[in-house]
Amino acid sequence: MNKIPSALSLGIRRGGLEIRQFARQRESVIFTLLFPVMLLAIFGSVFKDTIAPGVTFSQYFVAGMIASGLVNTGFQGLAITIPLERDFGALKRLRGTPMPASSYFIGKAILVSVSMVIQILMLFGFGVIFFGVHMPTSGSKWLTFAWLVLLGSACSTALGIAFSIVPKSGRGASAVVSPIVIILQFFSGVFFIFTQLPSWMQQVAAIFPLKWLTQGMRSVFLPDSFATQEVAKSWENGRTFIVLMMWLAIGIYFSVRKFKWDRD
Amino acid sequence: MNAIEVKALSKSYGDIHAVDGIDLSIAEGEIFALLGPNGAGKTTTVEILEGFRTRDSGDVSVLGFDPRLGGQEARQWRNRIGIVLQSTSDSGDLSVIETIAHFSGYYSNPRDVNEVINSVGLDDKSNSLIRKLSGGQRRRLDVALGIIGNPELLFLDEPTTGFDPEARRNFWALIKKLRGNGTTIVLTTHYLDEAEALADRVGVINNGRIMEIATPAELGGRSTSKALVTWRDGHEIKSQATDNPTALVGQLTSTFNGEIPELTVTRLSLEDIYLKMIGVHHE
Repeated sequence: MNKIPSALSLGIRRGGLEIRQFARQRESVIFTLLFPVMLLAIFGSVFKDTIAPGVTFSQYFVAGMIASGLVNTGFQGLAITIPLERDFGALKRLRGTPMPASSYFIGKAILVSVSMVIQILMLFGFGVIFFGVHMPTSGSKWLTFAWLVLLGSACSTALGIAFSIVPKSGRGASAVVSPIVIILQFFSGVFFIFTQLPSWMQQVAAIFPLKWLTQGMRSVFLPDSFATQEVAKSWENGRTFIVLMMWLAIGIYFSVRKFKWDRD
Repeated sequence: MNAIEVKALSKSYGDIHAVDGIDLSIAEGEIFALLGPNGAGKTTTVEILEGFRTRDSGDVSVLGFDPRLGGQEARQWRNRIGIVLQSTSDSGDLSVIETIAHFSGYYSNPRDVNEVINSVGLDDKSNSLIRKLSGGQRRRLDVALGIIGNPELLFLDEPTTGFDPEARRNFWALIKKLRGNGTTIVLTTHYLDEAEALADRVGVINNGRIMEIATPAELGGRSTSKALVTWRDGHEIKSQATDNPTALVGQLTSTFNGEIPELTVTRLSLEDIYLKMIGVHHE
């Protein structure tokens, strides 16, 4: 008797399968990967001003687009597609096999990460060529960028899986999830300069991870001189790390404990 | 040892006793059909056995394992069972062979992918995307995914719904072949002819209780029931219920001096018996 494959190896296989399935849905590929670039094109064309010496709005906006790309791809994408899979009976069928839940979650995390890497590369390319976006210059900024993307993807994936228990049906999922994400984007300084928002909005946003991801990304893409213009007069990357870790823990807890494989 | 052992199983949803004290033993290598109207407790019972639902009380052992347990042991247990659910319609963007090959990776000793595709008759659809399959072909894919892990115990929930008659016959042949290899099979179905063709024993469940468990030939006293002899006498169709159909036919043979016009001798069908048991009276 051979042994049952390990949860990790099955998770990697599921990741491959998820990517293959995703790549064959042309509409969602185009929407997911091109949407951030389109938004950058629109906002970059409308707001041509500089918001600080040497800082264009496009530069500010790229930070927000990468942060909200993490939320869109992980949280929003999964909280909408998982209820659909549940409606189809696909999750129940998986539950009936020896594949462990963790493999399913790992597969989703791989899908989100790969999709994020492609989105980021497209935003970089497009931003640099058409909107004069500057890439981070120092090694330490790239390091910050790396842990933000990694932790942000993990956090967003876990919260998306956790939130997938909320929508009652696959058809209704988008109506439940999308408004939350859009409101968070407005509150968190993705579309507007965060410090110009009413303070109650800033305080609400500070509860959720997107504000911190966006602020962290600004620390990567904006000059350090800009830090003084933040609410706390600094980038607060340590606090960002703690907030994201807390949300990651919450996401993992609900994913592991409350995940629903079946409609009823 | 029995493949499945159930004692005093109960499960309620609010005031409704979906399963109300069921005892059930299913032997290794047996094909057991569970019959019953919708809402009788069939699905609840089977889903408790499959580990999809919890029970309120009673003892359940499936391949020596309590299905409500989890963890690594549950994985080992799931490695030995196969489940074909009622309606599944996922992963339309993968091909038949991709899906089956992927699922084969979940198990320690899977069957050969191409052999499974062949056994459910999907050879010429092997590279088709699932969303291009017909309803019956999808159902056969469901069955393929249920047996790819080479299970010792296979649950089939209304497996041939939407099959054409030829596909159904082929499916029956496949199930008999699996039983030939020693697989225990638990089948729920609405088709009484299917239960009759496949099952070693059938259990009729209604209002959450088992009404009777017997072979299809013996259920509801079927084997000892009167036979119905019908024939044509002039313009009139006559029929007579009798315990001695052979004697009656002999009598009629001499009356007609040879061939009896439109002679049939029938016993109650499994469907007649079943409908009577669950309290449906019809003409």
